[in-house]
Amino acid sequence: MLTLKQSRRLTTVLTGTLSWALALLLFFPILWMLLTSFKTELEAFATPPQFVFTPTLENYLHIQDRSGYFKYAWNSVFIAFGATALGMLIAVPAAYSMAFFETRRTKGTLLWMLSTKMLPPVGVLVPIYLLAKQFGLLDTRTVLIVIYTLINLPIMVWMIYTYFRDIPRDILEAARMDGASTLQEIVQVLLPIARGGLASTVLLSVILCWNEAFWSLNLTSSNAAPLSALIASYSSPEGLFWAKLSAVSTLACAPILIFGWISQKQLVRGLSFGAVK
Amino acid sequence: MAELKIRNLTKGFDGLEIIKGIDLDIRDREFVVFVGPSGCGKSTLLRLIAGLEDVSGGQIELDGRDITDLPPAARDLAMVFQTYALYPHMSVRRNLSFALELARADKQEIARKVEDAARILELGPLLERKPRQLSGGQRQRVAIGRAIVRNPRIFLFDEPLSNLDAALRVQMRLELARLHQELKATMIYVTHDQVEAMTLADKVVVLNGGRIEQVGSPMTLYHSPANMFVAAFIGTPRMGFLKGRVGAVNADGCAVEVDAGCRLVLPLGGAALAVGDPVTLGIRPEHLNRSETGPCLMEVTADVSERLGSDTYCHVRTDSGEPLTVRIRGDFSPRYGERLRLSLDVDHCHLFDRDGQAIGQPLQQVA
Repeated sequence: MLTLKQSRRLTTVLTGTLSWALALLLFFPILWMLLTSFKTELEAFATPPQFVFTPTLENYLHIQDRSGYFKYAWNSVFIAFGATALGMLIAVPAAYSMAFFETRRTKGTLLWMLSTKMLPPVGVLVPIYLLAKQFGLLDTRTVLIVIYTLINLPIMVWMIYTYFRDIPRDILEAARMDGASTLQEIVQVLLPIARGGLASTVLLSVILCWNEAFWSLNLTSSNAAPLSALIASYSSPEGLFWAKLSAVSTLACAPILIFGWISQKQLVRGLSFGAVK
Repeated sequence: MAELKIRNLTKGFDGLEIIKGIDLDIRDREFVVFVGPSGCGKSTLLRLIAGLEDVSGGQIELDGRDITDLPPAARDLAMVFQTYALYPHMSVRRNLSFALELARADKQEIARKVEDAARILELGPLLERKPRQLSGGQRQRVAIGRAIVRNPRIFLFDEPLSNLDAALRVQMRLELARLHQELKATMIYVTHDQVEAMTLADKVVVLNGGRIEQVGSPMTLYHSPANMFVAAFIGTPRMGFLKGRVGAVNADGCAVEVDAGCRLVLPLGGAALAVGDPVTLGIRPEHLNRSETGPCLMEVTADVSERLGSDTYCHVRTDSGEPLTVRIRGDFSPRYGERLRLSLDVDHCHLFDRDGQAIGQPLQQVA
């Protein structure tokens, strides 16, 4: 028989081991990508796979020479933050009216908005492509900003709505009694109180925009292509260059991984939709 | 000057009428308390005055000016909320000055008013703190301070003490009464606690189901309730009610035969009563006495007692099954089930007709 103390210790050890195993399993592809990016193409193909090799920066230099990494990176940053800013401009007033001036149709509207997320993107590829073409927006950052804003709006409105719902209505009414206009009420009272939730929303939106590939591949080619499109350009008809593909993937993932790492706490709060206070 | 006139005010939500035609005059410097059970519409009425809800019909006038459709900020009223509603991201100082900043007041004037309010409410050492660093009572004082700095025509209080513990509530009640004297301001105060209503008010408005049941000074409501609702609502422990019938009516008054087993003659005038009419007799705990002799004796059975030291509230049941509360001076506790004899103080009995309306003139005017 185990004593209570022993069984507790065993549980701790077991859950610890399991957590580590799971974390390693999830992290392994990223680690392998990182390792491969420092190998030569030959080493990348080698069987059995090599864990010990002489690292080289050749792949990274090649990518910068051939494609100009920073142009794509700038596009990614511009589009992700542009779409997020535009999204916030629309989502904050929308969530404000839904949270504080609820009508009989508010719940229905929210559900309907979320239901658009269930639509397979490829289903609307042709009409959106044609529209973009008609307006002369193909291969522009504008088209991606607009599309990403539209894609992320439902989730942004939902998140901000749930954060706003947690704020006592009295505080806004007090501001109204104090003589604040609607804009002053939102900017000076509501937004500062909800800043934690808003930060999570911004973060999530940036990450979703950064990682989006379907629309960037279909609507951009050379001018406005973000990093996700750059990765795809390395799987060419001439064959797969694993080492270079790994290097470009590392370069595409690194900024957002670092960004996410720094703001981990906010992100967890954001993803739990205001449930954790 | 701040005089408020409310005329035929109505308010409905989704087809449900919450406020059903309210007429009310509030005079300058008056402390008016809206009191009633939950859902009676007292908070809604306050919010209509504040402008936080749109009216469905009727008119609100402040000093002769129609403010019915003005936005809250243009009414020159200040409100203290039940939840304090302080701005959590601002210091106490900014909480106090926010309204003045919005009104683009002069910086020196803002500083002076904030210091004044802080002095009146003893908030000086707390000015740089955030609301979360304050206790409930301190938060409440900041909320009141926020109203004071604006120097409004009327202060509105929406159950401001209900989030405080009992001891603090008594202390804040006294502070509010003192504040009313110091500021000489018109105040409207909503509460469900009739003790707050009785102790603070110059004028109490008793609301029930969206209507005014009675308006009057606390003592008027206590001694001359207009109906059974007010009689039962005002006073702790509440008034006891005994069913009965009119036995005889003559010039001296009317005789009532109480189902619980006694007959009494009440000196009532001006009532349209006929022999045999069903009536309800109301009597407060302090007007029932333990006695072996007297004109109106009634036998009851003791239930439980609440001994407070100075008084004992003895709950009893009449032979007709009606509950009554008797206040007995000092520490006295009858055994459960013990038979007691009570005499009723005829001068302080209230009589209500079958609709619950008080019959005749006030039985005993108390100066």
